[in-house]
Amino acid sequence: MEVTRTPVNGDQKRDLRVRQLRAQQMLRDETAGKDLEDYVQERLLFTTLETAQNWARKNCLFPLGFGLACCAIEMITVIGSPRNDLARFGAEAIRFTPRQADLLILSGRVSIKMAPIIRRLYDQMLEPKWVIAMGACSSTAGMFSNYAVVQGADKFLPIDIYVPGCPPRPEALIYGIMKLQDKIMGTPDMGWRERYNAYGTEEKPETAIAAEGELA
Amino acid sequence: MTDGPRDPLSVPYRERERSVTMERLDAEPVSGTAAVTEGDLDLHEELFTINIGPHHPATHGVLRLLTTLEGEVVRDVKPIIGYVHTGIEKSCEDQQYWKVITFVERMDYLAYYSNAHVFCMAVEKLLEIDVPPRAEYLRVIHSELGRIASHLFGLATGALDMGAITMLWWGCRDRDLVLDLFEMSSGQRMHTRYFQVGGVFEDIPPGWEAKVREFLEIMPKRLDQYLALLDRNEIWLRRLKHTGIVSQERLLDLGVTGPLLRASGHPWDLRTAMPYSSYADFDFNVPIGSVGDNYDRFRVRIEEMRESLKIVEQALDGLPEGPYITDDRKVALPPRHELATSMEALIHHFKLVTEGFRVPPGETYVAIESPRGELGCFVLADGSAKPARVHIRDPSFANLQALPDMARDSLIADFIACVAMLDPILGGVDR
Amino acid sequence: MPDATGLELIAQAVRAGVGDEAVIGTSYYREQATLEVPPARVHDVIALLREAEEPWDRLMSVHGCDYLPEEPRLGIHYELLSMERADRLRVKTRIGVEDPHVPTVVDLFAGADFHEREVFDMFGVYFDGHPDMRRLLMPEDYEGYPQRRDFPLGGEPVMFTFNEHKFPRWYD
Repeated sequence: MEVTRTPVNGDQKRDLRVRQLRAQQMLRDETAGKDLEDYVQERLLFTTLETAQNWARKNCLFPLGFGLACCAIEMITVIGSPRNDLARFGAEAIRFTPRQADLLILSGRVSIKMAPIIRRLYDQMLEPKWVIAMGACSSTAGMFSNYAVVQGADKFLPIDIYVPGCPPRPEALIYGIMKLQDKIMGTPDMGWRERYNAYGTEEKPETAIAAEGELA
Repeated sequence: MTDGPRDPLSVPYRERERSVTMERLDAEPVSGTAAVTEGDLDLHEELFTINIGPHHPATHGVLRLLTTLEGEVVRDVKPIIGYVHTGIEKSCEDQQYWKVITFVERMDYLAYYSNAHVFCMAVEKLLEIDVPPRAEYLRVIHSELGRIASHLFGLATGALDMGAITMLWWGCRDRDLVLDLFEMSSGQRMHTRYFQVGGVFEDIPPGWEAKVREFLEIMPKRLDQYLALLDRNEIWLRRLKHTGIVSQERLLDLGVTGPLLRASGHPWDLRTAMPYSSYADFDFNVPIGSVGDNYDRFRVRIEEMRESLKIVEQALDGLPEGPYITDDRKVALPPRHELATSMEALIHHFKLVTEGFRVPPGETYVAIESPRGELGCFVLADGSAKPARVHIRDPSFANLQALPDMARDSLIADFIACVAMLDPILGGVDR
Repeated sequence: MPDATGLELIAQAVRAGVGDEAVIGTSYYREQATLEVPPARVHDVIALLREAEEPWDRLMSVHGCDYLPEEPRLGIHYELLSMERADRLRVKTRIGVEDPHVPTVVDLFAGADFHEREVFDMFGVYFDGHPDMRRLLMPEDYEGYPQRRDFPLGGEPVMFTFNEHKFPRWYD
């Protein structure tokens, strides 16, 4: 029986020798033309400064340690529990001072006594900063439609991501953080809005307005 | 003070903070020098009021503490609350009784089963309906598992405040095991709406008992691990022992109950003293402390978790068969299969879902032992389908009044340990 | 819980100790005993109950409620507990909104401090003699007493498609 052996990862010795020769050529400045271009392309990553900056920002979010009510328990579970672990996303460094934080996770119901304090905290955070409204109570006051709760934290704060749930599962909060990461990268996942072309009057991106202009 | 001003809002704000004083202390003359005249006192001997504000890593929620310090020693502290006041009691007046359960669950948001339990007991008392024994046992199992989850989280965050961060990971990990059990039995991890008036919402699924028994196997070893981590740690012991001592009489005067009172040596536990909901069937001990310091509070909570495990095991062993909710169709929804055959069941279902059951006029106050102390519920019914007043006497609300006594004349670090071991839940305090 | 006869005996002892007008009525509903007293005598009655031979020496809660259609409107309930006998007793007083002043029991039970402040905050009942009568849960300068039945619940109406044009949006 004939047995032919072919190496799985390519012929390592031969590739290594080729690489060595190429490296020698580089050092002696003898590489030119297409070889040089291939060499450079294998080793360099081209991107814009903005993308690189966004990539760095999204992968090391510093949440502000701020918990109001029941959602804070689930937030601490996300941060602290080994099962749902925020450190995978680079966001485990909770900063308790707003000057050093860039992500405010509003976890819990915002009462009217607490609202000016939250606004102050938000103002003390440095740009760029993002806000996740975790839970139903901070998104839209949830089930507390009464005198003591601000009906949605977006009455006094700009909010980037709303995570529904009462309280949202830790996995839901992590999904919200991942969506925030997409948003930071500049490629927000507009989800159903894209699918159904359902933009509000003040939120239409230029492409949709231009498309409508063409249709009209 | 019997004729104070008629309208307290007319008093200027600063005068109301009576503990703030800007007087200088009398300084002892340094030995060897001449007596110091008043003009020579240093500025650092004034009392300094600082705000340990609503947003703070160590305040277990949005608690604002106006602390008057002399150097590093706390002379007085005034807790200011209300930052998470949600008007739950007012909202409850606008909801049907079974909808109130979801509102009331969100008060003391770590011990959600206790909140629902006490409200259901109050309404059952007003309606004079009996809860079937299987439902009572299921309620006990869930309440005790909730107690374990609450103590775990309290210890996890308490240890985090003191710097023992590993306890946070371990506490949250084990609490996830308990929350998995809750998710299996009711579908939700927190705020499960599992207790209903007359029993529980639905029966436990088939594999649940086995999973609980697995948990009961693992948990005692985990508790030993926590003790091995913390109980022999010199820093932990030095921070907790002999700090935050309040005398038992003072605690009783303040209306403090729960692990704080038991740590000071008083064996008052509503589960044994005034048994409710078939707790009399179980045999368990009530751990009490001897000195009343923070270390005793910590140990009392660990031992209470062990006792809760015993109760859960006894309840599982003795779980009776039977209905899981009362048979009274005017209060509990009929089972779905009856709706196809019985006209009365359909009408009851309709009335219960649209209007809700009516409670005859009356008022009652019922109290149970939540993980923090005596949780009481006052319900005033006026004959309609919505309660006229629901008031929850929250244990953390009363326990917080002990904080100035615990903190007086202690260093700031000990004060933080006091707050950690007091385990206030601001959702219950502010409602 | 003292039963109905025990409640009557307590009422008699209170009448003997404080005065005949001190007990307006007793009520025993769902096995819970309630003693109703006029607002001015609350302090004396609770002091007497605290020092009685079978003392009620722990105060668990002071809470208020609003019996709106009935007058006097506001009710304040004191939940007393006796740990030795594992027994509870409720002392109730009714007061109208025109002149809501009730003597404080903070000198008898230090734990009534926060509870009375909350009743003041939510119902507007002023406790004479309380050292620090301020709002507890609402902001300091809030006007109105939220838990009264005629105070509106507040909140925002839910927007559906049929009524969304009627509500001003934040950008209007």
